[in-house]
Amino acid sequence: MSVLEIKNLQVSVVTESGDKEILKGVDLTVKSGETHAIMGPNGSGKSTLAYSIAGHPKYSITGGSVTLDGNDVLEMSVDERAKAGLFLAMQYPVEVPGVSVSNFLRTAVTAIRGEAPKVRTWVGEVKEAMASLNIDTAFSERNVNEGFSGGEKKRHEILQLELLKPKIAILDETDSGLDVDALRIVSEGVNRVKENSNLGVMLITHYTRILRYIKPDFVHVFANGKIVEEGGPELADKLEEQGYAAYITA
Amino acid sequence: MNQLATNYLTPSGREEAWRFTPLKKLAGLHDLNVSLSDNISISAKNDLPKGVKITNIDTSDLPPAYVASDIVTNRVRREVAKSTLLTISDDLEIVEPIFLKRKCGVSAELSRVVIQVGVNSRATLVIENNGLGKLGEEIEVTLAAGSSLNFISLQEWDLNSVHVAQHHAIIGKDAQFNSYVVSIGGSTIRISPTVEYTGTGASAEMNGVYFATDEQHIEHRIHVNHGIPNTKSRVNYKGALAGKGAHTVWIGDVYINKSAEGTDTYELNRNLLLTDGARADSVPNLEIETGEIVGAGHASTTGRFDDEQLFYLQSRGIPADIARRLVIRGFFAEIINKLKNEEIEERLMARIESELSRVGE
Repeated sequence: MSVLEIKNLQVSVVTESGDKEILKGVDLTVKSGETHAIMGPNGSGKSTLAYSIAGHPKYSITGGSVTLDGNDVLEMSVDERAKAGLFLAMQYPVEVPGVSVSNFLRTAVTAIRGEAPKVRTWVGEVKEAMASLNIDTAFSERNVNEGFSGGEKKRHEILQLELLKPKIAILDETDSGLDVDALRIVSEGVNRVKENSNLGVMLITHYTRILRYIKPDFVHVFANGKIVEEGGPELADKLEEQGYAAYITA
Repeated sequence: MNQLATNYLTPSGREEAWRFTPLKKLAGLHDLNVSLSDNISISAKNDLPKGVKITNIDTSDLPPAYVASDIVTNRVRREVAKSTLLTISDDLEIVEPIFLKRKCGVSAELSRVVIQVGVNSRATLVIENNGLGKLGEEIEVTLAAGSSLNFISLQEWDLNSVHVAQHHAIIGKDAQFNSYVVSIGGSTIRISPTVEYTGTGASAEMNGVYFATDEQHIEHRIHVNHGIPNTKSRVNYKGALAGKGAHTVWIGDVYINKSAEGTDTYELNRNLLLTDGARADSVPNLEIETGEIVGAGHASTTGRFDDEQLFYLQSRGIPADIARRLVIRGFFAEIINKLKNEEIEERLMARIESELSRVGE
């Protein structure tokens, strides 16, 4: 059982006109096996929350704490956070020219597991994970995210989720840019990992569409840098009907 | 003053061809204010395959096959008593690379090497420059009709070496010249890979990889002379720089003569700045005298190391130093993978990584 605990998290970003406060005290606890949907309008700070937890250097933490099983996440380097069991599926995965998917996956898995995977079992493991996400095996020889379609990028993110087996995953707008078929494949991948490894999920999204495939236990409404309302899955239905207008003006 | 006379002048540093080069760091190779060794430091590393010969013969018996404008090239021609001649007979398909090695002494050396590839022969030639050396060098390569040569020049010199060279290829009808110039070591490297064509259907692919760290100067001056119809050139040089005073220069001169209809050329230079304090000069020049061509283009980019790539890799658990290596390896992979020699690829990447780890020391 793992627990990601975010307490009163305050985050700023450096802009030309000085520091700008984006997160204004976020409290959230995500435990193994739980799925939390973080929903909110564009610009509310959802992605900032995701990238701050992952340790992107662009953001500076001005207050609060983030711990994973009691360990101070904010003190860890980016790779240490991943090794501790955090995973961020990015909205815009980065192209890495000249680095093949197979080399990247093997290097990442070696780093996370602390030892190189056994060649014989590894090849099968990757093949199986790729097949279940409907990814062609030729994909391995391509350069990371280079020339990938939007759907391919997202499937590649979930492929990493399957292979790296984190404790807690943050999925940042994983549904954006996906057609219905791709959304279903990606969602099934997430659900499979949840079942197999009791993954805790923080699902960041603007739309309720993905929640038909990945069922949240909790829904948090995010607006103006903090959580403004919390509830069960029924809250998502309310948002579907009424939108975010009430929270923006509030 | 006529052209021939200016060819022997000592450069002042103000000339277009010398304005980027730190003359003081050339160890006297440009003005010969240095004592020269008459040692011939280049030799075959292994037994040569059948049909391949290497000999040292009187320079006067081996007249140059082209007119050189480079001052150091002309000095080499004038000063060296014996030139090294490597010949590859006609109709040979040599699969294994031919390795030449250089072991320079403490004194400066001028060296002239002539390589002749026979009709319809195919070979790969690797020249390994390492250790300490002060070398002024001309390599003249002639490719007979239908031949193909992979020419790999590796500058893996020790820190204090100086290397000034012209590598000139004369490419015959339907012949293919592929050059790979890799410059990593040395304090000052100035190499001019130049090509000309003597038959239609001739083609040159000129690749380069360079990596400069603290106070290192690495300069490549490409010149492609499309003087006759229906020839092709592709130039692709990639460099990375790290550390204070690291300086690279890439000049890409492509000339398309009025009669060179059907020319197809493209040149590309990419530079990756890994730290502050490094400087990459990149100057593509395209001079076209006929519009009746297949294509002519160039591109030059110089960019900083992409921190987003680093973040992405690190967010997958990959430590920063390994992530940085992956990205740099990836940057050079496009060219280095073409060498199709795993031993050399690994050695070059290992050298680049060890140089990178010592930046700023």
